Amino acid sequence: MRDTLKRGEPRSTDSEAAANADKATADKANADKANADKANADKANADKANADKANADKANADKAPAIGNNAAVSGDNAAAIADSGPAASADGAAFRKELLRSMLLQRRFEERCAEAYALGKIGGFCHLYIGQEAISAGTMSVLRPDDYVVTAYRDHGQAIARGMSPRTVMAELFGRRDGSSGGKGGSMHLFDKGLNFLGGHGIVGAHIPLAAGVSWAIKYRKGDQICVCFFGEAAVNIGSFHEALNMASLWKLPAIFIIENNRYGMGTEISRATANEDVTIRAAAYNMAGESVDAQDVFAVRDVVGRAVELARREQKPTLLEMRTYRFMGHSMSDAASGTYRSREELEENMKRDPIVVLHDRMRGDDQLSDGEFSRLDDEQKAICQDAWDFADASPEPAQEELYTHVLVDTTS
Amino acid sequence: MAVMSYRDALTQALREELSRDERVFLMGEEVAQYNGAYKVSKGLLDEFGPMRVVDTPITELGFAGIGVGSAMVGLRPIIEFMTWNFALLALDQVVNAAAKMLYMSGGQFPMPMVFRGPNGSALQLSAQHSQAWESWLAHIPGLKVLTPGTPADAKGLLKSAIRDDNPVVFLEGEMLYNTKGEVPDGEYTIPIGKAELKREGGDCSIIAHGKMILVAMQVADALAKENIAVDVVDLRTVRPMDVEAISVSVRKTNRAVVLEEGWEICGIGAQVVDFIQRECFDDLDAPVIRVHQADVPMPYAKNLEKAAKPDAAKAVAAIRKVMYLD
Repeated sequence: MRDTLKRGEPRSTDSEAAANADKATADKANADKANADKANADKANADKANADKANADKANADKAPAIGNNAAVSGDNAAAIADSGPAASADGAAFRKELLRSMLLQRRFEERCAEAYALGKIGGFCHLYIGQEAISAGTMSVLRPDDYVVTAYRDHGQAIARGMSPRTVMAELFGRRDGSSGGKGGSMHLFDKGLNFLGGHGIVGAHIPLAAGVSWAIKYRKGDQICVCFFGEAAVNIGSFHEALNMASLWKLPAIFIIENNRYGMGTEISRATANEDVTIRAAAYNMAGESVDAQDVFAVRDVVGRAVELARREQKPTLLEMRTYRFMGHSMSDAASGTYRSREELEENMKRDPIVVLHDRMRGDDQLSDGEFSRLDDEQKAICQDAWDFADASPEPAQEELYTHVLVDTTS
Repeated sequence: MAVMSYRDALTQALREELSRDERVFLMGEEVAQYNGAYKVSKGLLDEFGPMRVVDTPITELGFAGIGVGSAMVGLRPIIEFMTWNFALLALDQVVNAAAKMLYMSGGQFPMPMVFRGPNGSALQLSAQHSQAWESWLAHIPGLKVLTPGTPADAKGLLKSAIRDDNPVVFLEGEMLYNTKGEVPDGEYTIPIGKAELKREGGDCSIIAHGKMILVAMQVADALAKENIAVDVVDLRTVRPMDVEAISVSVRKTNRAVVLEEGWEICGIGAQVVDFIQRECFDDLDAPVIRVHQADVPMPYAKNLEKAAKPDAAKAVAAIRKVMYLD
């Protein structure tokens, strides 16, 4: 498919954005120091009581190289941006490059998905994340490996940002044996237990109580993890959203509810669906903190999620966050990016705020990334996606006997 | 063996399993401070504390989902619905989340949880509070559906349900809580998926589950006076269904009546009859007859309610018919 990344002339940020950027950098530096201190403390605590956590940590240690490592040109070695740790400097070039790498990988992956869908290699519903990558990259970058992530059906980007292998994700989309669910879940149901990535859910809003339940389990075990839940702005009108937020606040659960407000629930613009478009105002109804942020700026995402993480970890209080974003593609592969429920002009206007371009511009302005380095980084991600495609293509279909496996387990405890 | 109520047998099962495994917790409306709308959780809050016995807001969809999420990360929730009529609001979590998570995740996420509560009609609660849901739930692959009809089965099956690593739907009889029966002393469980021959007789099989076991036993008693001996097959679990036990009985008696509390169309009885025609076609001496609720919402008026419900008289008439006695 066409390259959705439009790199025009360098766009100088306006003064407001620049001010935000400075603030973001400062906040981030503080947050990272806090993270680093906490990471050490956490290590000391090491949570012997929680075997799951230990396993998750181990799995993550295996899968997710530390930030700043260059990803090898292999879909199997894609790095998660998680738990930046003491070594990473928040405004350092290496860290920023890592955020950029994650976003580029998601972008190139989704472009290949569109291509594979057109060729019939991917079937069913397929919802692309293009335009929203700063939310996943920024959020994952402030989570620990033992935190939990629950999301909806637009899940490829988040899965990859969390550290799932592009190979196993693409193989799942192709419906193949080596897919993350052995080909049984498909695009909307990506899961990785080792990464505490708990899906991939297809019913709007229905996974929000699940996140509250994961947070309940954390509290039950007296853990200090958190659970992040992503959903679209259209989900704020469904009952499960309200039921989950009420209990999360009532019971002081360590959850972060992230509204990805891309302004369209399928083809319905928010103004046609939601009586009060200020969706974070819903937080007040549940006595919960709520914040809204320009989510095309990955550092703004990091800041706001970082604050919510602190609140959840330190005080077991949930937060509702609105990420103001825009999807550059249709709702799924079955609708046009523009021309039906939204105009081409609106789409093009919003594509000027491409989160990858926003970060790239900032790095260029700070002399942190040359155009040549950018191209090299981009080419590496494209190669990872090609590798993922080749891997998925070569993977066999699930064996026929798999039809009847995983309906039930035959164990008791 | 001690004689105890169905309610007390359930309470005992909950207490024993809460003691046995600290990952087990009970959550639902009025389960803690109020001691349970039907007093099944009486005393458990005091014994296990508010993290193990948890009162919720009236929010079935929400707390069912909390159960699912907590099971994904290894807890073993028991989600109590005040009645299964209210559980309709939560069916998305039961059907779309709990039942499918293992499959969608390629085996990564088992769902060790129980959804339980009273099912079926009571007395004059009218249309919205008088429904038997087992055929809806038994339709779903990924669930196990249990329908105990006696105190002993209630205890043994609830303990098995809590220990099972799959999502188990546990349908209690609203009218059974006060019924009494012998319950084995000490630790025991009853295997899921195994029917029990509650009464042995060679003339006709009556196949039932849940609350209808009481009716079936009344029928067997009444017909014994006419020298008609009835085999009472208690399914106990409607998914997976013990086809072998049904077949053994029908091959012996060559006649069958299927009795259930729910409606006719696509009911549990329809499935039983299908198994019978597949497994026992050459053994049948008469068409199988089903006894079930009238095909109407439950009326309030006493006489109409009685007319709508399956009962012993209707079941006796069905048995006489398959025996060509009328």
